[in-house]
Amino acid sequence: MKPAKFDYLRAGSLAEAHEALAAEGPDASVIAGGQTLVPLLSMRMARPRLLVDIMHVEELSRISVQDNAIRVGAAVRQAALLGWPELAKRQPLLAHALPWIGHAQTRTRGTVCGSAALADPSAEIPLILVALRGEIELSSGKAKRRIAAADFFTGLMSTAREDHELVEAVRFPCAHHGEGHAFREFARRHGDFAIVACAAISDANGTRLAIGGVADRPLAQDFGTLDGSALDDALQDFAMELEAREDLNATAGQRRDLVRQIGRLTIEEARACRV
Amino acid sequence: MPRLSAGRRHTVRVTLNGRAVEGEAEPRMLLTDFLRHVLGSTGTHVGCEHGVCGACTIDIDGAPARACLTLAVQADGATIRTVEGLAPEPGRLSVLQDAFRRHHALQCGFCTAGILMSLDIYLRDTPSPTEQDVREFLGGHLCRCTGYVPIVAAALDAAQKLRGVARDA
Ligand SMILES: Cc1cc2nc3c(=O)[nH]c(=O)nc-3n(C[C@@H](O)[C@H](O)[C@H](O)COP(=O)(O)OP(=O)(O)OC[C@H]3O[C@@H](n4cnc5c(N)ncnc54)[C@H](O)[C@@H]3O)c2cc1C
Ligand code: FES
Ligand code: FES
Repeated sequence: MKPAKFDYLRAGSLAEAHEALAAEGPDASVIAGGQTLVPLLSMRMARPRLLVDIMHVEELSRISVQDNAIRVGAAVRQAALLGWPELAKRQPLLAHALPWIGHAQTRTRGTVCGSAALADPSAEIPLILVALRGEIELSSGKAKRRIAAADFFTGLMSTAREDHELVEAVRFPCAHHGEGHAFREFARRHGDFAIVACAAISDANGTRLAIGGVADRPLAQDFGTLDGSALDDALQDFAMELEAREDLNATAGQRRDLVRQIGRLTIEEARACRV
Repeated sequence: MPRLSAGRRHTVRVTLNGRAVEGEAEPRMLLTDFLRHVLGSTGTHVGCEHGVCGACTIDIDGAPARACLTLAVQADGATIRTVEGLAPEPGRLSVLQDAFRRHHALQCGFCTAGILMSLDIYLRDTPSPTEQDVREFLGGHLCRCTGYVPIVAAALDAAQKLRGVARDA
């Protein structure tokens, strides 16, 4: 298992990265942490002509708080965000979810934006972006645009990103005072991709639940203040609407069952965490 | 850095176990192959070659990482430590390596280099882990021989000894 041939460019600036992506079009791939791309190269499931390494672009390596959102640049590794001292205070939901991405030994290299760009339906970062109504910043040499997470993830491993665009940053809205948060995941082993992952945010107006691992992308729904059997019924409807995938790990029916059970526990936990 | 063309070899320079070394690599060469075949450091093992088993785990710029998920050209300029760099001198084992020997934490040894590198960094950053912490951290490694129990015991024993060393220093 060795990759086919490709050129390699270590971009020294954002402009250089944009230029290379524009010139090469679909034959170029960004390489960030490489935790997904390198195996795809080795298995020759990806055969780009050029790899553009963005990890040395200084301005992409920042974590900042802007307009009450945590802005994470494309070169920020998952471990760096996890180690950011303000994380738990600014957005506890993100702090709960990040340790579930792969292993300590992959989070040291894998990036936050790379996971968004990949759009795996079981991945934690896309789920949290959708749950929090986060945004994705896309840029090319010519233009910049910002797009809501719910519109960015368009299906199985597919996004609204054009070939020449870079995911320059993602934005996670900061937690509001008084909100409760909960994250739960079911997988065969910790570190595996989720079979079902649930993220909930609760405030005085109600509770929002986002589900990953079930549909072709993460999806969220508001459950208001429903409880008791009305909440069970609403979860049952949501589970049906997700059109659960079926694979080696679980049948569609098992996934729906997990949405009902774990979804409910996650909603209840988020409500109980409200202060 | 200029664009490195496919099919040509380019000079890659790294600091390996404290020594500045260099070798030639095509852009597509994995860091595992660069270490083993170009630099001749065969202590780093290759199992699955897609990030799952952990056998190839090394220290890149102070953090545990999969060498098989890294291109040699990506590592240009990096500071790397591999299992060859653990022993303080020839004929002596590090505290962690010695704990592995006493606890029989290896049988075939295929997974060992990766686990040692991971734990070496982990115990530096987390001097007092619980058993559960160690087990969770080891989740990034597969061992088909030991059943993990002796590896966990060796890690906890080494942590205790390293705390003692730190206290005495
Ligand atoms: C053993 C193992 C277990 C894992 N488990 C999980 C898990 O449980 N949950 C999970 O979510 N992930 C998991 N992953 C994948 C995760 O580690 C990756 O980090 C992540 O999916 C991709 O991030 P990356 O920075 O490594 O991207 P890369 O591998 O470098 O790139 C991935 C894709 O995104 C594109 N890309 C990357 N960055 C950008 C950008 N800024 N702009 C445009 N395109 C871009 C690349 O071209 C490529 O197509 C696992 C990986 C391994 C090896
Ligand atoms: S060989 Fe790298 S993780 Fe298995
Ligand atoms: S000792 Fe044989 S795989 Fe771990």
